Amino acid sequence: MGRFLLKRLGLALVTLLLLSVIIFVAAQLLPGDVGRAILGPFADQRAVDELNEELGTNRPIIVQYLDWMRGVLTGDLGDSYAFNRPVEDLLWPALEKSAKLALLAFLIVVPIGIFGGVAAALKEGRFRDRVISIGGLSATAIPEFVWAVVMIMIFGLWLNVLPVTAQAPAGADFFTQVEYLLLPALCLVFVLFGYIARMARAGTIEALDADYTRTAFLKGLPRRTVIRRHVLRNSLLPTIAVVATQVGYLIGGLVAIELIFNYNGIGQLIFRAAQKRDFPLLESAVLVVGIVYLVATLLADLLYSVVNPRIRLTASES
Amino acid sequence: MTTPEEQVLLGERPVPEAPRRAQDEARTARRERLRLLLRSRTFLAGAAIFNIFVFCAIFGAAVVPYDPLGSPADIANQLQPPSSSHFFGTDQLGRDVFSRVVVGARDILTVAPAATLLGTILGAALGLTTGYFRGTVDDVVMRIVDAFLAIPLVILALVALVALGPSKGTIIVVIGVVFAPIIARTVRAAVLAERDLDYVQAARLRNERAPYVMFAEILPNVMAPIVVEFTVRLGYAIFAIATLSFLGFGVQPPAPDWGVQIKENYIVINGGYWWPTLFPALAIASLVISINLMSDGISRTSQ
Repeated sequence: MGRFLLKRLGLALVTLLLLSVIIFVAAQLLPGDVGRAILGPFADQRAVDELNEELGTNRPIIVQYLDWMRGVLTGDLGDSYAFNRPVEDLLWPALEKSAKLALLAFLIVVPIGIFGGVAAALKEGRFRDRVISIGGLSATAIPEFVWAVVMIMIFGLWLNVLPVTAQAPAGADFFTQVEYLLLPALCLVFVLFGYIARMARAGTIEALDADYTRTAFLKGLPRRTVIRRHVLRNSLLPTIAVVATQVGYLIGGLVAIELIFNYNGIGQLIFRAAQKRDFPLLESAVLVVGIVYLVATLLADLLYSVVNPRIRLTASES
Repeated sequence: MTTPEEQVLLGERPVPEAPRRAQDEARTARRERLRLLLRSRTFLAGAAIFNIFVFCAIFGAAVVPYDPLGSPADIANQLQPPSSSHFFGTDQLGRDVFSRVVVGARDILTVAPAATLLGTILGAALGLTTGYFRGTVDDVVMRIVDAFLAIPLVILALVALVALGPSKGTIIVVIGVVFAPIIARTVRAAVLAERDLDYVQAARLRNERAPYVMFAEILPNVMAPIVVEFTVRLGYAIFAIATLSFLGFGVQPPAPDWGVQIKENYIVINGGYWWPTLFPALAIASLVISINLMSDGISRTSQ
């Protein structure tokens, strides 16, 4: 276990390092002249030079990268150009808000997705399976913002039962906050449902085909007991572990959702930073998103390997 | 007596035309797949809807009743509800929503397939190379792929588009490059399953060059997963491009793009003006569903 853990951690660190290079290249190299990109084509050359001096973007590339990395490692992410505040002050509150929204979405979608997947698997190839599989696949493929505008029409305009902004009034209690977050969370649920249902379906079908399931049936256990004790127990744990890998995808979806529902989470922060060409803020926010994803997948892998020791063996062999 | 094989070796008989027979077999298999595909109800339903959008993309501009970009007179009839003269109503600038939705098919149906094709070509080349050579190249490239996958697609594309500036060309390149690692991973897995098979060994023993083995021998045998991957990615490309347009970093106004239309009009939903937003939303939804139905049919028949 120790070796597996170390190896997995090492790989995550390498990935993280590469991730930082990719983000740096995208945000600091692609624009060419960062000062010019921020100020636009009509700005005075002196103003551009001054801004480059201020941002440090006139230094050699490698120095800029090392400087940024040193900042990241010491917790100093620099100042946001557009908001004139330290990046950390903007990032952490936004991350907390997004975490609330994402948590609510997960709490709704994981049970529904697993239930749908298992229900489909039990009728593999039949009508119910086709409806759930194709319905899930279609729901997943429709962009969140399309779901969002349709949900706002249905629940906000025609039924008039739910608030169409996500931000609860200051000092609102827990249930009011949940009520405000319900519509945006539902949009994420639609997009995630298909993926989770597909994983649960595949896992259940595999478990249904397994020898131990046949043995359980042959020794005369009732169908209900076989499914609960033998099939579900084997099929759901990997599904739950894989769900964690959807965290990154979820954050991507938050950009449009938070914009529509006017919620200042990390998605809206990234959007504003992109709109204002605030490269220091954009870089750090995207890096944080990547780190959240890597941590989530690392935890998922560890959880999976605790549940299923065979994974540890194959991983240390390869 | 000599057997036919010996006669061949002695030069008394011509070499049987084995390659042609293999080709024939491949052709029969392909015909069989096509026949299955045309009997798949999900594929046919998807193809029917998809073809409506293709028709709109090609002929839409010629048949719509109004100019999708609007005219100065439009401003007098803003936000008219759907009626017999404006099937889908009019938007905030008085433009006919029906005309804009129909003509809007053209942008998405050129940009998305082009981006997906670019991503598939790059990804297939990358996957073939890493899967065939294994070793250090493979390790390094796969780590980079992992790092790419850690950033949500839309956010990565957003950062690159902010840096490069939005235009149709940059959207195609950015989405294509972002897709390449994902497609490479699928192709690589398929290549790993093929590379130790007899025909690959045979080609190597014939002393063929690596590019020949990769592209002429392995590639035709991994085409099925590549085609499936292409159709799946096409759906995601529409997803990503529509989202980027909605965020203001994709296709730019006043183009009648569906994402742009929703961006321009979703603010007025709460005032009761749902039509300029609903119809482009339905267009995006039915287009991605049609592509998913088709890719579901294709992946079922190619198994």
